[in-house]
Amino acid sequence: MNNIATVCILGLATFVAMMLSALSQDSLFSAHMGILCFILLCTTIVFLRRFEFAPSGAAVSPPDTSGYMDEIVRYGVIATLFWGIAGFLVGVVIAAQLAWPILNLEPYLNFGRLRPLHTSAVIFAFGGNALLCTSFYVVQRTCNARLFGGDLAWFVFWGYQLFIVLAATGYLLGITQSKEYAEPEWYVDIWLTIVWVAYLIVFMGTIIRRREPHIYVANWFFLAFIVTVAMLHLVNNAAVPVSFLGVKSYSAFSGVQDALTQWWYGHNAVGFFLTAGFLGMMYYFVPKQAERPIFSYRLSIIHFWALIFLYIWAGPHHLHYTALPDWAQTLGMVFSIMLWMPSWGGMINGLMTLQGAWDKLRTDPVLRMFVISLAFYGMSTFEGPMMSIKSVNSLSHYTDWTIGHVHSGALGWNGMIVFGSLYYLVPKLWGRKSLYSLKLVNWHLWLATLGIVIYAAVMWVAGITQGLMWREYDDQGFLVNSFIETVTAIHPEYVMRTFGGLLYLLGALIMVYNVWRTIRGDVEEADKPKLDAAIPAE
Amino acid sequence: MNYDLFREFADSWGLVYLVILFVGVILFTFRPGSRDKADEIAQIPFKEDETDG
Amino acid sequence: MSFYKQHKKLERNLTLLFVFSLIAVLIGGIVEIAPLFYVKNTIEKVEGMRPYTPLELAGRDVYIREGCYVCHSQMIRPFRDEVERYGHYSLAAESMYDHPFQWGSKRTGPDLARVGGRYSDDWHVQHLKNPKSVVPESIMPKYAFLAEAGLKPETIDGHLKANAMVGVPYTEDMIANAADDLRAQADPDADTDGLEERYQNISIRDFDGNPDALTEMDALVAYLQMLGTLVDLEAYKQKENLR
Repeated sequence: MNNIATVCILGLATFVAMMLSALSQDSLFSAHMGILCFILLCTTIVFLRRFEFAPSGAAVSPPDTSGYMDEIVRYGVIATLFWGIAGFLVGVVIAAQLAWPILNLEPYLNFGRLRPLHTSAVIFAFGGNALLCTSFYVVQRTCNARLFGGDLAWFVFWGYQLFIVLAATGYLLGITQSKEYAEPEWYVDIWLTIVWVAYLIVFMGTIIRRREPHIYVANWFFLAFIVTVAMLHLVNNAAVPVSFLGVKSYSAFSGVQDALTQWWYGHNAVGFFLTAGFLGMMYYFVPKQAERPIFSYRLSIIHFWALIFLYIWAGPHHLHYTALPDWAQTLGMVFSIMLWMPSWGGMINGLMTLQGAWDKLRTDPVLRMFVISLAFYGMSTFEGPMMSIKSVNSLSHYTDWTIGHVHSGALGWNGMIVFGSLYYLVPKLWGRKSLYSLKLVNWHLWLATLGIVIYAAVMWVAGITQGLMWREYDDQGFLVNSFIETVTAIHPEYVMRTFGGLLYLLGALIMVYNVWRTIRGDVEEADKPKLDAAIPAE
Repeated sequence: MNYDLFREFADSWGLVYLVILFVGVILFTFRPGSRDKADEIAQIPFKEDETDG
Repeated sequence: MSFYKQHKKLERNLTLLFVFSLIAVLIGGIVEIAPLFYVKNTIEKVEGMRPYTPLELAGRDVYIREGCYVCHSQMIRPFRDEVERYGHYSLAAESMYDHPFQWGSKRTGPDLARVGGRYSDDWHVQHLKNPKSVVPESIMPKYAFLAEAGLKPETIDGHLKANAMVGVPYTEDMIANAADDLRAQADPDADTDGLEERYQNISIRDFDGNPDALTEMDALVAYLQMLGTLVDLEAYKQKENLR
């Protein structure tokens, strides 16, 4: 789209945001629209300053549209790192708040408002940007085509950042619909829907214009992720707003129906956002880094269909022994256990890709990162089905065991595979021969691994301790512990968990430094990115 | 619409359907002759530089 | 072989891939969720359930805004220890007017499904202002600002209307009188005949210990004090045993 039209639309949007802020029904909406107005104003100014003037008659040189669209991937890499640090930092803060409640600063920085900020920042901001930029990179490479839609991809990128900022500022103000991982209110949901549809158009358009007869399996996973998240988002966020000038809305569903809809959404946010999408990453970057094709392409086809079919059913395991009917709980449990198989099929497929190249692990810390990521994937996809067994769940549910489980998945699988992919991408995207330092990659790897192991182990202990204390009886048949005694009992674990998170954050900060030095060019220039220009062995 | 009806259907035809689907997908994917095609597709990630402008 | 050709099509055809993926991910959700709108024990009505009063609804909005659900569940499971600690296990019908549900997923603090009436108003106010003042080991954040935050009754009718649109049986009468009902429930001197006629089994008093102001503290405490108090579980159990 040309610059003038963009500026006009942005200016108009700024004005509308200002009007909405002024006319709003409640102070929260007014504040939120004020923030939106400010962001749009800044964006308009940026665009105004980018006007290029040419003497009459002479045309302004058109932008280069040949080759791959990599500028957006570069932006995505930076955004991923930025939001990653922000998300990990908030994570450490709220972990510390549970250990030392004095760190709660009412009202804006209380645990209840920061916790959704942390989960959304790591899942949607860090994970989402990683998915956005890697999917754009992978789909172009495997289709041998430039991104479809021109500047539409930029709309997706900046539109998504706007969604993140609106969601995040909303949480601090107290704007939430209380559905976990779907907290943003109705107007932010509508905005995300628009951005997501644009994302789908860009992605599918690129596949349609491919110059390769087949669609590589990584794109299957990315596509399933985009489509399914759209479906989940639309259904779970169905709500009636109180006013079109206010923040509050009431969910279209209530009670049992709402609970299952939410956990159908919640579990498949894990299944499709954090698994299918990231498997798309895995199926491209692991073969590239190992410099050999995926172990079994045919296994990956089974993996795909089995995973997307089975995952959808597993939601009810979040509602064991609740008022949800038994048959639904049992279905959820059975499918969760079956899900173990495709998950491990995928893990084995990834790991066995290294067959015949295991020696590379000794010299290539980036490859090591991928392997640790897959190991954590295997671990948490074993732990998950186990925890979905009703008798195990009766102990683990409501405790920190669940928190430990999601973190071994999120920090181990998702985090590590993102770090690996970014370490692969950065030298390629900025035309550097290699990373600034492989030694620092190694430091990052071990700090992060140690952090996760501490975190998962102490949360497991904390969860089981608390779960057992809740149900402890004395020989007279009375409950032994008051609730608060079960809270003080796990204080040491809360402290150690904070420490584990801190190590992970530290590792990520080392990565930022390493990437920054690489981008700045503190390594030799690569003459031209080549097939074998992957990170050389030490 | 009641629970027993659902249950009976799921225990019989539902189960048969899923088993057939599962076995069918496996047999189909691993049918003889698909290997060459699969190996070819698996090479896609390594093609980028052949035509990269 | 036509079968073989068709497979090739699927591998190469984006539309087919799109459609088949969508079908694969639709099935599970439909099979599990759709029956919940029809199966008897998820839609049965239980004696005593009524929509929230305007004050309780405002309190519930505060509960959601502050993210209380992050640390407190409202779903008692049918285990001996939970039933002894928190009371009768939760029934599906008890959250039938909860848009959205507040079952929660984590108990950093205790379950609140039946916390209503267990503590005094005074205890709740103290506890919310400074949890450590009543439970020294507590790790809950402070919510003292709620006692200062004024409540605006004028816009509450819109909230009732939105709830009515999604199926909560608020009557015309309830919506028309919402603002007055909200004020009246927190004011022991008000004329509360209409309010009591519209909503059964409610508490009417100044909840936050400050009769001069109508605050978010009033609303939140009113909400907490009614949690789990609507259904007469003795009667429910007797009915269950008759079957």
